Amino acid sequence: MSDTPIEEIDIDPVEMRKAQALKREKIGRWLLPLIVVVLSIVAWDRLCVWNDIPHYIIPRPGRVLDSLITDWSLLIGSLGTTLLITFSALAIAIVGGVGLAVLFAQSKWIEMTFFPYAVILQVTPIIVIAPLIFIYVESKFAGLLICAWIVAFFPILSNTTMGLNSADHNLRDMMKLYGASRWQTLRFLRLPSALPFFLGGLKIAGGLSLIGAIVAEFVAGSGGVGSGLAFRILEASYRLNIPRMFAAIILISVTGVLIFMFMTFLSWLFLHKWHESAVKREI
Amino acid sequence: MEEAPLLSIQQIGKTFSNGTVALRGMTMDIEQGSFVSLLGPSGCGKSTVLKIIAGLGNLTTGRVNWPTSNVDNLGRPDCEISFVFQEPTLMQWATVFENVWLPLRLKGISRSNAKERVEEALDMVGLHDFASSYPRELSGGMKMRVSIARALITRPKLLLMDEPFAALDEITRFKLNNDLLGLWEKFNWTVIFVTHSVFESAYLSSRIVVMAARPGRVVEDIDVGAPYPRDDEFRTSTAYNGYCREASNALHSAMDAGDHL
Ligand SMILES: Nc1ncnc2c1ncn2[C@@H]1O[C@H](COP(=O)(O)OP(=O)(O)OP(=O)(O)O)[C@@H](O)[C@H]1O
Ligand SMILES: [Mg+2]
Repeated sequence: MSDTPIEEIDIDPVEMRKAQALKREKIGRWLLPLIVVVLSIVAWDRLCVWNDIPHYIIPRPGRVLDSLITDWSLLIGSLGTTLLITFSALAIAIVGGVGLAVLFAQSKWIEMTFFPYAVILQVTPIIVIAPLIFIYVESKFAGLLICAWIVAFFPILSNTTMGLNSADHNLRDMMKLYGASRWQTLRFLRLPSALPFFLGGLKIAGGLSLIGAIVAEFVAGSGGVGSGLAFRILEASYRLNIPRMFAAIILISVTGVLIFMFMTFLSWLFLHKWHESAVKREI
Repeated sequence: MEEAPLLSIQQIGKTFSNGTVALRGMTMDIEQGSFVSLLGPSGCGKSTVLKIIAGLGNLTTGRVNWPTSNVDNLGRPDCEISFVFQEPTLMQWATVFENVWLPLRLKGISRSNAKERVEEALDMVGLHDFASSYPRELSGGMKMRVSIARALITRPKLLLMDEPFAALDEITRFKLNNDLLGLWEKFNWTVIFVTHSVFESAYLSSRIVVMAARPGRVVEDIDVGAPYPRDDEFRTSTAYNGYCREASNALHSAMDAGDHL
């Protein structure tokens, strides 16, 4: 190695512009949505004031915030109830969806026989099945759980089934050549191939299980143990407590967004090392 | 008396469901310990033959016999077979190490017990420093070399290779040619080697089988009598040139024979 100092090479202006654009994009990703939210809140406030809309029809943002603060303990308890149902349903949906998908993947016959049921469950609106479920199922918690599960499990089942069947054919041949057992093929080839599909399904199912839980609470109505956020909204609407309705709705939305963000993170965590959807492009 | 061949292909034919006749009436024996090249124009059914030998595709007609091995009820022999596919065929989610380890892992050999052999195989293809890389971080030729390392790790009795060196530069290819010949002699493998290159086939093989297209069939069977070990000197010898010319002529007549182009 020669010890002459390495000359500073001027950074290519094109590269520099690219880097700056990238930086701007990074900031913009957070800043732009934030600006939109703030502007919308301001517009909401102004519209209420300028049009003299009474607070029992559309409350101003400040009132909603007040309600959020004063009713916090009430709302947070309800949120807890709703979340408990949401995540329990999601967990069962994952176990059930993946389990069924693995079963389907073992034999075309099983898939052909049972897949229609999954489709029927999916296309029948939960809102019309829920009342029946609450008639037949004694425990309200179990009823809520079943409703949320029905909504959440289909995307997991259908995505995972597709993923298990999408394993590379040459790799399957190779497994066969090396005498892999059914279980080994599943473990080393089909499950990893299905992972990106499963995570895609999970992203949808996370949001759906929340929606399923809320819808079921609406149908179940008041009384009994569970008084989740939907129950709070119903109750507030009877009392014309509009700010609390808004506060509860905001809580639901924020929860949904957080669930989605968590699922996106999970996806990144498992895939960023190898899957096309998650790796950073460098050329 | 002559030794029984390792396998004997008899009148095999393969017609795909879309009506393509890939092979018809193909017959050949593969002798124990031979190095056979399959040479032929693109689309003449070379990959199809290899897959059928490996028991990965079903035949339309004919059969593959294994006179010296026990055969299970699916017609698969009990001898160890390895396959290097035309594409690298790696598991995207696994590191280079894990990809090479796979055949041993399927036999229940743990990571630590397999380590030595995996590293040895990676050394052989010059990828020692890339054990923990993911396939997407490698170049096309490097991926192919991982795939070769994976095939070598089981020390197979029969090695099926489908254009394994097509994506490599000449120097690396020459090196791997020599390494492959060395291993073949050392472990007494039988190799069936698909290639497009007349020169490669003449350098490596003890026998060159030239195929014609649609339907795929054997049109020429060239015995390469030159002794092993062969080295770079062989590449410049007149004998080598003779075999190249012979194979090249056969390939030309095969091109004319097929309804190719
Ligand atoms: N899955 C398939 N379905 C239908 N036809 C196929 C299929 N696979 C291969 N073929 C046909 O069979 C013939 C032989 O294919 P094969 O892959 O064995 O050729 P090859 O000799 O390996 O060619 P190359 O040198 O280009 O790899 C081709 O004409 C191809 O069109
Ligand atoms: Mg081929």
